[in-house]
This record gives sequence, structure tokens and C-alpha cells, in this order.
Amino acid sequence: MSSFGLLAAIWPLTTLGHYVSWHVIQISVANLIVIILMVVTFIVALFAPFPGRRRRKENP
Amino acid sequence: MSTTEIDRQWTTRLRKRVAGKLPPEKLLPDTQPTYVSSWIYVFGVTTMAALGVVIASGCLLALRGPQWWHTSSVGHFVNSLHLWSVEIFFFAMVIHLWGKYFMAAWRGGRALTWMTGVVTFLTSIATAFTGYVSQSNFDSQWISTQAKDGINSTGAGAFWNVLNSGQMLMWHIVLLPIAAVALTALHVLLVRIKGVVPPFEKTTEVTQ
Amino acid sequence: MRSKAFRPDVDAPEWKGGHSPYDIIKEGTIALVVVSILTVLLSVAFGSPDDPSITIKAWSTNAPMDFATTALSELNATSGSAQYGAPYNHASTGQQLGPLTLAKWIGVRVPVNSVNDYIIDPLRSLPKQPALTADLSQWSSASGSTRAGWVKDYSQAANQMQIVNGQLVVNATNAGPLPVMMADLFQMARTGALDQALVTQNGFYTSDYTLPLLFLADGTYLSGIAQKQHLTGDQWGMMNETGNYPGQAWLWLYTFWYQIKPFNASGNGDVLVWGLMMVLSAGLLLTPFIPGLRSIPRKTRVYRLIWREHYRSLP
Ligand code: HEM
Repeated sequence: MSSFGLLAAIWPLTTLGHYVSWHVIQISVANLIVIILMVVTFIVALFAPFPGRRRRKENP
Repeated sequence: MSTTEIDRQWTTRLRKRVAGKLPPEKLLPDTQPTYVSSWIYVFGVTTMAALGVVIASGCLLALRGPQWWHTSSVGHFVNSLHLWSVEIFFFAMVIHLWGKYFMAAWRGGRALTWMTGVVTFLTSIATAFTGYVSQSNFDSQWISTQAKDGINSTGAGAFWNVLNSGQMLMWHIVLLPIAAVALTALHVLLVRIKGVVPPFEKTTEVTQ
Repeated sequence: MRSKAFRPDVDAPEWKGGHSPYDIIKEGTIALVVVSILTVLLSVAFGSPDDPSITIKAWSTNAPMDFATTALSELNATSGSAQYGAPYNHASTGQQLGPLTLAKWIGVRVPVNSVNDYIIDPLRSLPKQPALTADLSQWSSASGSTRAGWVKDYSQAANQMQIVNGQLVVNATNAGPLPVMMADLFQMARTGALDQALVTQNGFYTSDYTLPLLFLADGTYLSGIAQKQHLTGDQWGMMNETGNYPGQAWLWLYTFWYQIKPFNASGNGDVLVWGLMMVLSAGLLLTPFIPGLRSIPRKTRVYRLIWREHYRSLP
């Protein structure tokens, strides 16, 4: 199996987790990053211009 | 056979209904209304693509049985593919849900599209959960012994025993994926039948 | 043209505008390629967690006292699973949603008898040893009240339970066969034989881990490890994964209720949270029909961003 050693993760996230807490909220840094990325992606999807479509007249 | 006799055949009637509701140009349209012009629209398709990768990586994991990935680095890598595609799947699905909510995409007879979406979401959560308890490692020991109390408290634990690893694995790799795929197919067919929801009228927001 | 009954959050205006080319198959193919690449990149970069499972062998070796006290709690039926109620036994009513005792109504469908399943049956599976064989037959021929007396005496003496040279020692004088039986059970756990005995109850093949999992969960060794990994219920643990991996972030709301009153202070917390989540899920399902909730999209006007090109083109 050593020829597949390349398949081992480069940065395995196996160390003890990091957590953020704020009042009643406790969240792992990993989950927090996922949620922030989700919100950011949503906002970018709302604002980013959609390419490839026939541009309609900008100034009617 | 007379034409009316043919017309009355179940087969003919089914074909005509399908063709009427979902002619090929509606099933695979080559144009969209001009308002379909936002990145938000790609998240439904992205969710579907991620579901495809989830299923493909799950099938690879199935090839050599449930213990393989603990002992083989190839198996472990395939497990990583499965885990990360699930994370992407939920990521895309939640953004899709937000987007459809803010478009009120249930309007114009599309409530069933919304509702099949929600049921797919809940089914996906159950599928992911059974996956976590099917890992056969510390994680699954902990998650199953914790989750049993919630499920037992509803009475469902009598039939759906989260500590029965065989039962959970079967649900994870057979029953729930079939449900998720069937629901997704229904959901997307409904979208195709109804077409993409048109924008709010400018006037409605003024008058209301 | 429009009838007065047009409801903006329910009805959609008919589209009379134009169409433009849109290649959904190409879009889907690109999505598939992008998701596949991203999946491979994340897997190559971070891998996935696989903390090995905890065996009863490891538990009784690393935390012998915890194992021995848990075994005692199965013997005198004070353990979590022995006191559970349905679906495992009739020991208690179990959780209630107001007047509804859902689990109890459905009944005992996964029967667990803590004394027989965790102590007597595993010991019977051991190779014949004269002392143990005699003790087991003494146990099985004893009356219920005799056994109860032995258990009581043993439990009292177990306050001074010790582990000497890897042996469980409880100096009970009136506990009949129990000191030998429990010492043998302890040995059995240490060799790993108990792990096997608990799963092979139904024969050669097995895929049901109800007994060993309930046993592990009755002790504190498993939850101690989970606590360190930030996985317990009061640590928002349902969302979390071992190590630094993202977990089931989509369970945030379900997990949240367990952190606050009345849920975290009630013996019926689980069924209350489940009841609430069912109501909230029904709300999400029925959003198109719920006045107020279905108007938020129109009132927040986020849609103006989504369809901005469309609105820009309007006269
Ligand atoms: C496995 C999960 C899902 C998949 C694969 C999926 C896929 C899709 C696709 C491909 C479309 C058409 C393209 C688009 O508008 O994005 C769509 C539309 C839609 N989806 Fe989903 N979806 C899923 C879950 C959901 C969920 C959780 C909801 C909401 C609760 C939802 C609500 C809708 C609605 C209302 C539409 C109609 C859009 C319109 O007419 O503009 N879907 N879905």
C-alpha cells in the first residue's frame, strides 16, 4: 500500500478541535468557517454579475 | 381496433398525459425567460451535481465492504471524497434553499416544488445521520449512543434502532438514498413542468 | 386584466417577456466538474477523520474502576440502560410529551435485561471452569429474593472495591456466587472476550451492536473521551466532528435547543426538542401557506438583487 502513501492528506485535521464560544453559543472553528463561507457565497451570488447572458440595455 | 379504443388504452392515456405535461422541449429547454440571470440559479444544479458525487463516492466505498476504509489508504481517501462531497452537497443545498425563499419561488402553483425540496432536505439529514452512525469507529459509537435518546423518546426507536449498526447501514446505503434520489427527481421534474418562477411585479410591492 | 384576487405571495404574474438561450446540460456538466475537482482538492488537502472505536477491552484496561462500577450498576439495575424504560425494558415510564408517553405506548421492542445480558449470559459463554460453573448454577437455582439479598450485600461491599494485580476484589461475605462471577466478568472484559460475547448473542453473524453500545454508554469512559473532543450534548456536540473537521453544521437549530431552558433542565428534554423540531419543520414545509412568513421575501426585497437585470430593463 506504500505506493498509495501519496493519498494521505496534506494537512490532516486530526488534532484536537478549536472552539469559539460566545454566551450560549459554542461552535467549532471548522463549522464556523463553513457557515461563514456559506453566507459569503450567498452574498456573492446575489451581487456578482451573471456572465454569458445577453446584456440588456443598461440605460433605458 | 378503432381509434377510440386505442385512445382509451391506459398506455395511450399515460403517454398523452406525460407528453402534454412535459414535452421534450419543456424537459430539456434550450432557452430560459430573460429574468433567469443570476448566480443564485446555479445552486440547484450544483446540489444535484454534489448528490451525484456523493453517490459515486459512496458506491466506491461499497465495493470492498464497510470495513475496508479503516485499513486501506485508498479506502480512506475514498471516504474523504465521500465526506467532502457531502459537505459540499449541504453547502449548496442550503444556499439553494435561501435563494428560493427570497424569490418566494413557491408562487404560481409551485408550492409542491418547495415542499418536495423541504422533504428532500429532511431526508438528506437522515441520510447523513445514518452515514455518521455507519462509520464503525469512535464517532459512530458516540453519535449513535447519544442520538438514541432523541429517537427513542418519540417512540420510533422501537422500530428504528440506531444501535443496530446493520439496520443503520442498510438505511444509509439503500433505503434513504433511493428516497433522496426519487425526491430529487420529482422536485426537478416539477421545476421543469412549471417553469422557473417569474419575478414579483413592480406594482405589487407598491400597492401592498 | 388582473382580477382583484391576485395574491402577490401566492400567485405569480404570467411572463410575457422574452426568452434567451440557456444551456442547462452544459451548466450541469460544469457544475459536476467543479464539484468533483473541489471534492478531490479538499480530500487531498484535509483527508477525513477516523478515530478508532473503543472496545470494552480498552475500557476495562484504561479505566478499570469505571468498568467495574458500570458492571455493578448492571448487576443491581441502577445503570442508565437498566432504568431506561421503553424500548429496552419496563423500568420506567420514559420521556413524556405532556400527557403523551410515546415510547411506553409503543412498548419494549428491543428488550435488554441488564443482569442476564451483561453478566450471566456472557459468563455462560466462557470455557468451563469448576468454580464459575458451580457459581452459575448456584445463581440460576436461587430464588429471586435470595439473589436480591446477594446483590444487596455485594453492592454494599463494592464501596470498597479494589483492583489488585489486575483482579477485581470485593470482600463481600454474604453475596453467594457474586464475588467470583464479577471477578470473572472483569477478567473476561480485560481479555476482549466480553466484546465478543456481547455481539454474538444472536449467533455467528452479527450486525447489531445494541448491547455493547448501551453498556459502553452506561459508563463514563466513552463520554469522557467525547467531552475532550467537544462532542457532548451540552457542548453543541451534535454539530461537531472529531478533530478539526467540520461536522453536521445543518443540525445547528436542533442542537441549539439543548443549550437553553426548559430543554436542558427537563428530564423530557429529548422529546420536547423533537416535538419542537417537528413543528418547525412543518413550518418550513408549509411556508408557502403561512401568512406573514411567506411575505418576508417580498418585503425584504432581496429579490430586487436577484432579478436586477429584469427590473433595470422595465420601463
Ligand atoms: C437534493 C436537494 C435539492 C436538489 C438537487 C435541488 C435541485 C433543484 C434544481 C436543479 C432546481 C432548478 C434550478 C434552480 O432554480 O436552482 C430547483 C428548483 C427549486 N428548488 Fe430545489 N433542490 C434541492 C432542494 C431544495 C430545497 C431544500 C428547497 C427549499 C426548501 C428547494 C426549493 C426549490 C424551489 C422552490 C425551486 C423552484 C425554483 C423556481 O421556480 O425558480 N429545493 N431545485
